[in-house]
Amino acid sequence: MDNTIALKNFLFRLADDHLILGHRNSEWTGLGPMLEEDIAFSNMAQDKLGQALALYEILETLGELPPDTVAFTRAENKYTCCQYVEHPIGEYDFSLVRHFLFDHAAYLRFEMLTQSSCEPLAKLAAKVKGEIKYHVMHADIWIEKLGLGNEESHARIQSMINENFNLALGIFESSADEQEIISSGIFEGEELLKAKWLEAITPILNKSNLKLPGENTWNPVLGGRNGYHTIYLQPLLTEMQEVFAIDPSAEW
Amino acid sequence: MKIVSLDPRVARTEKVEGTVELSPLTEFQTYEVFHQKKRGEQHEHVGIVHAPNDEMALLFAKDQYARRGLCVNLWVVKSEHVIASSYEDSDIFDTTPGKTYREAGGYKVMDKINKFKGKK
Repeated sequence: MDNTIALKNFLFRLADDHLILGHRNSEWTGLGPMLEEDIAFSNMAQDKLGQALALYEILETLGELPPDTVAFTRAENKYTCCQYVEHPIGEYDFSLVRHFLFDHAAYLRFEMLTQSSCEPLAKLAAKVKGEIKYHVMHADIWIEKLGLGNEESHARIQSMINENFNLALGIFESSADEQEIISSGIFEGEELLKAKWLEAITPILNKSNLKLPGENTWNPVLGGRNGYHTIYLQPLLTEMQEVFAIDPSAEW
Repeated sequence: MKIVSLDPRVARTEKVEGTVELSPLTEFQTYEVFHQKKRGEQHEHVGIVHAPNDEMALLFAKDQYARRGLCVNLWVVKSEHVIASSYEDSDIFDTTPGKTYREAGGYKVMDKINKFKGKK
């Protein structure tokens, strides 16, 4: 059975998530709450772009256009990132909570992908797993310190978790090719990842005196995986593509 | 709604009028950072980071000092825990560079070795 199309779609979803969030998080460069954290957050944003590049490179070997072309020239509805990553960086509490919720999912996803039947993807996952492990360490420590900090820091992080949670559930939006991806061994599936994710984040939140919103309020924000995006994506793309669009043939 | 840019560096907030009073020493404490390139090698002092606590000092050390090249391990030590000699006493080291007999290169032994070898 030829699963190339499903594999490509899967890789695009993953690469687009990392490209868009990497770009978003880079908006903190120069504005971070303190110099050291500014550098740390910018490093991690760069890492995300690097991960996106590596995924687009795998796509190129599967017959897609070169990474710069796919990253910078597609129309908004061709991007299949989840809507969560498009949202503006907000204040630092929003960005930190997104960093925590997204990177835990990314770490577990790449850990699962080390077993992928797509060999270049499995190799890439093994290579970048450690990088994302650090992102998770960084996020966990911030969440714990702010959760156990003072009344204000606790309240802000808890309210951001409440506000972010349904957006974060959108990371695990199922696609039409989900079964094919699972049966061909590319990836064990979004539902399993979500279960692992909940298992990973819950004890850290508990330890930090924080909690997930009640399960009866869970309502994933969907659409991104099918090219339906928020009003925030197009301005980001316009900005990101601006320089490339001036002269697509320029050598860097 | 038309959004020009969501980048706060583009859509800047209004400038604050007047002066803002900054209270002194609002910075965090500093930690000395030691970096090990290979397991078994010595940790080398590479600089300092500001951090509110030990765990974050390690995080920041990674990003300031281990973002290029090799690293397998980092140490951070609160700067206040370093016990240092005084620069006023730096004359205690004045004659040290002259003590070549404390360096392997200070010994001229090849003549003796060759002579010994010649005897055999």
